[in-house]
This record gives sequence, C-alpha cells and structure tokens, in this order.
Amino acid sequence: MIKFLLKGLIRDKSRSRLPFLVVTIGVALTVLVHAYIVGFMGDIIEINARFSTGHMKVMTRAYEQEMNQVPNDLALTETDSLLSLLSKQFPSAEWSPRIRFGGLIDVPDENGETRSQGPAMGLGIDLINPGSAEAKRLNLEKSAVRGKLPSEYGEILLSENFSLKLGVNPGDKVTLISSTMDGSMAFYNFIVSGTVAFGLESLDRGMIIADISDIRTALNMEDAAGEITGFFKNGFYDNDEAIAEADRFNATFSDNSDDFSPLMVSLSSQGSLGTYVNMVELWTLMISSIFIFAMSLVLWNAGILGGLRRYGEVGIRLAIGEEKGHVYRTMIYESLMIGFAGSVAGTLFGLFFAYLIQKYGINISGMMQGSAIMLPTDIRAKIQPVDFYIGFIPGLFSTVIGTMLAGIGIYKRQTAKLFKELEA
Amino acid sequence: MFVFNHYNKNMENSHVIKVEKLVKRFPIGKGEFTALNGIDLQFSRGEFAGLVGPSGSGKTTLLNIVGSLDTPTEGEAFVLDHAVSRLSAKESAWLRRKELGFIFQSYNLLAVHTVFENVEFPLLLLDYTAAERKKMVMDALEWVGITDKAKSKPPQLSGGECQRVAIARAMVKKPSLVLADEPTANLDAANSHNILKTMENLNRDLKTTFLFATHDDKVISYLKRKIYLIDGKVDKDEKIINQ
Repeated sequence: MIKFLLKGLIRDKSRSRLPFLVVTIGVALTVLVHAYIVGFMGDIIEINARFSTGHMKVMTRAYEQEMNQVPNDLALTETDSLLSLLSKQFPSAEWSPRIRFGGLIDVPDENGETRSQGPAMGLGIDLINPGSAEAKRLNLEKSAVRGKLPSEYGEILLSENFSLKLGVNPGDKVTLISSTMDGSMAFYNFIVSGTVAFGLESLDRGMIIADISDIRTALNMEDAAGEITGFFKNGFYDNDEAIAEADRFNATFSDNSDDFSPLMVSLSSQGSLGTYVNMVELWTLMISSIFIFAMSLVLWNAGILGGLRRYGEVGIRLAIGEEKGHVYRTMIYESLMIGFAGSVAGTLFGLFFAYLIQKYGINISGMMQGSAIMLPTDIRAKIQPVDFYIGFIPGLFSTVIGTMLAGIGIYKRQTAKLFKELEA
Repeated sequence: MFVFNHYNKNMENSHVIKVEKLVKRFPIGKGEFTALNGIDLQFSRGEFAGLVGPSGSGKTTLLNIVGSLDTPTEGEAFVLDHAVSRLSAKESAWLRRKELGFIFQSYNLLAVHTVFENVEFPLLLLDYTAAERKKMVMDALEWVGITDKAKSKPPQLSGGECQRVAIARAMVKKPSLVLADEPTANLDAANSHNILKTMENLNRDLKTTFLFATHDDKVISYLKRKIYLIDGKVDKDEKIINQ
C-alpha cells in the first residue's frame, strides 16, 4: 500500500512536484526575509555602533555622565594596560581607543594669516597602525572623495563638504585649535591627506579624522583616550551578550565611588539606542511573524486545494472499501512528506541566498544620496540559528494543517452520494 | 478481520440480497421525498439482474443501500446476511472491501496508476501477498481481455478499454456481488455490447451476482431478471428464462 501511494505521489506532478515547489519557495522566502529583516535592522544599529557607540564602550564613570559634551578632561588614562586587559579577558570583541574632540580648523594663507576657519567635530582613531580595523570599520576607503587616507603621522582627513567650505585641498596645511586634556589651548598642524563623504549630514558637516597618536600629542593625552570601543568579532551586535560582558567587566573593574574608574556600557545603554534596540527586536518579531503568517496562509490553502483536488480519487477509494480514517491518514502522511521535503529544500535555498546577502550585501548607496538618516549603504542579511527551523512553521505545519482541514471533508462525505458524485 | 454484530444466522447462504419492506425518505425543505416505498426483493447467487426505470424511480437509492453506502429509513436490507442498517461505518467499509464490486458509468480509474495497479488496488486493501496479487490481477485482466494493456495508463485507453479495467477492478477479488450503475452510459453501441458480453461471461463462469441500475435498452436486453421501479415501488419483476 505504501508503495502504491508513493507511486501515485511521485507520478502525479500536481500532487508532488507542484506542492513541493510551492512549499520550497514559501519556506525559502520565509528564511530569506527573516534573515534579511534581522540583518537590515541590525545594520542600522551597526552603523551607529561604528561611528559612535561601539557594541560596547569603556569610559570613566564621569565621562559617561557627560558623554554628549566629549569631556576629555575626564578621559581614561593608562589605556595601553586597559586595552591589554580587555583583549585578554574579553576576547569576543576587538577593542580600539578613540578620542572625540571639538575645535576649530584654521586654514592659513601663504603668509601664515588665517584664510578661512570653521568649527570641527574630530575623531582620533587607530588609523595608521596596519593591524587596526578602524579604517575599514568606518568605511573610509570607500568614502574617500579626493586624495588618500592618512598614511603618515601629521596627516588628517576632512569631510568633503567641510573642505569645500574652507577652500582646502589635499596637500594643504591646516591647524587644529582645541583644548588639551587639562584645559590649556592646543595648536597642532596637519597636512590634509584627503577628503571623505559619508552621505550623512551629521558627519559631513564638519568631520575631521586623524590618527589617535597625533590627537594624543595635540591634546596632551599621552596613553589616554576618551573611550575604548569594543566590536564583536563576528561583526554583529548581540544585545544580551553585550550586557553580559558589561556586567562582567563592571563587577570586577568598576568602582561606584570613583568617578575615574572605568565603566563598560553596552550599545543599548547609550542614549536612546536602548529604546531603538528594543524597537528593532519588536519590529523584527512583528514583521517576521506577519510574513510567516501570510506564508502559512498560502501553504495552508495549497494544502486545502491539494486535498479538494483529489475529491474523485477519495470517492472511489471509499466506494471500494477503504476506511475513511485510512484515507485521511494517508493524505496526512503524504502532506508530511511533501511538507518536510519542501521545508528542507526551502531552508537550504533560503540559507544559501541569505548567506550570499550576508557575505556580499546589497548596495543601496544610490538610494541614500542626500539622506540625513544614519543608514547603512550596504544591506546585509544575518543568518541566525532560528533560520534553520523557522521555515518549518509554514512549510510543514501549515501544509499538514491545510491537508487535515481538507481531509475533514472525508469524514463528512456521505457515501450515499458516491454513485452520483462519481458519475461526472 | 471484523466480527459482525448484525449477522443474520437464520438467513445464512439463503440469498445474496434480501430486501424487506424497504423505505427510504429524503428530507426536502420542510417536507420529505420518498425514494423507495416498501420494496420487497430477493436475489439469489449468480443472478444477472437489473433495476430498470426512469430517473427518480429509486434505482440508485436501492443500489446505494444494497452497496452499504446508505441506510434505509424503514425496513431492512440484508446483504450476504448482514443487516445494512445496523452496520457501523467500519463494518460497511469492510463489507464493500471484501464482498462487493462497483462499476461506475464514468469508470473512475486512478489516472496516474497503470492498468495493473488500478486493478491491484482492491487487493492491497485485503492483505494479499505480492505474488497472489500479481496472479489475481493478471487473471482479471485476462477475463476482460486487456492483458496487453497492463502497463498502460487510463489516459492512453479508449472508453471501452477503461470500462474493461473498471470491470476487472470490480471482479479481481471475486466478490459475491457486483453493483453497476449505468455501466454503458458513456460507451457507443459496439463497446456497450462487448462490455455487457464480458460481464455476462463473468456471471456465468464465476457465478458472481450482478445487479445493474439502468434505463439503457442495450443493458436491459442482456438482463436475465428485470425489476421495473416506478415512484419507489416495484412495478414489475420479470425473470427471463432460456434467453
């Protein structure tokens, strides 16, 4: 009997191949969309993390209280030993020191007099060290408009808009006027190595980027840094893990009574990003649920239609003497086979395409021109463990439930009408 | 194997079918339609009989009850000594599976299965071994003269050949009773006669009881017993001797 049913299943393309394809496509879409939504939402968090918050950040307690004012007089000191400790005891992340600072960029003429001047928001990062991932993390190479990235100490990057406003070109000399860590005036000369454009109004307005060594020298911050940012090595923010790592650090190394004691905070603990992370998680759940529900309805209907299409076959089987329960069970077994095979194939396809989007991303920079919102230019999917089984919800359960509902008709069917029904 | 609770031992081996004061009413709106109105009939083993009458006379209703596909409103139908009204759904299915064969006017073959597999299907429900099934199917195909089409599929066959396969499917388990509802309705005259001749031969050789529901003159001409139904009552019960 099993052989007989299998033959029927394999030979009847509209009973096997078509439902298999429908389930496969439905499941693949479910897996892909879920991974895509998680990846896209994560990317929005990620771009904020790269430019500002890190996945985790270590600051002094006092600096953390007034973070928006970048109070470098409250910066961390002895950062080399702290970095060494973080790398050893918190190896899940890469740790990099950063100094944020404000100041003026003064452009002198050939006589050394001020030709133009403008306020700047600066970022000192580990830029020249060949082992550093900071340049890649901030996507500096792809953001370059003119010139090149700093390759020697004493070089600086300006945002393209800022450089146009000041009338400077790569190779020109500029002077940073700021304040040192202990409140004195700071003057430091740089050569403009190039210009960058991030496509983000907030960054392009007056951003300057230089190597942290130069900034330390300029601001008298030897072995100090405003913050040490940590980025998970797998490249994706994990809120639970970030909170756990921060708690672990703070329990051992942070002292509530000392304003200059280091404090680690997760991305979600900084500003309004916590609300955003929660919102992203909720949205991801909602969008995924709606899509899974919609796909479930499609596959449910496919199951129902598949069952109804076999009305004549079921009728003849009942007339010949097959019990209703047996007919019902065999239809469910068939849908289980189709649903399982389709779910496996769909999951594999979905994961394959999600992997491609995770690895290579989809470039949407063309759509992002002029945007003031901090959005990523490459949208990437993110495959999570749940993607290995999420497709089975619509693929297996909905198909089987659809068949089970259609099969109820078998029990309601009046055998007294079989002769009439089978006349057609 | 079922143990029937409604087995009439007093009637054992007396008649293949015995119908007593059979009434069947169907609800129509707030009223009722009486399809069968006090039918009394008996059929012995090996009869080649037909229920003859116009549409609405009750032929198919009676065939349904005898085929344990429906139950009477009043009276009783005994099929191989089993009281149809008292059979459970499982017992009815078992009776159809074991003892009854059905032939429909539209053949109702399973299109994706070969002729062999279509004929084999009733045997799969009866737990025969593969070797037994193969022999029985080939015998049945030989009875109806289509052994050469064993590997063909129904869409590749003519209407007459399809009906032969349907007959082979009904006969393969050597049932006690075959019920045929307008079996030649979709066939031309030549094919109708071939089919009827085949069934006549099977009736003669295997002693299987055939009961038709028909108003087709070609079928009626082959019947050895004609029961004319009008408005749910037996109008005439005519046995043809020495046909």
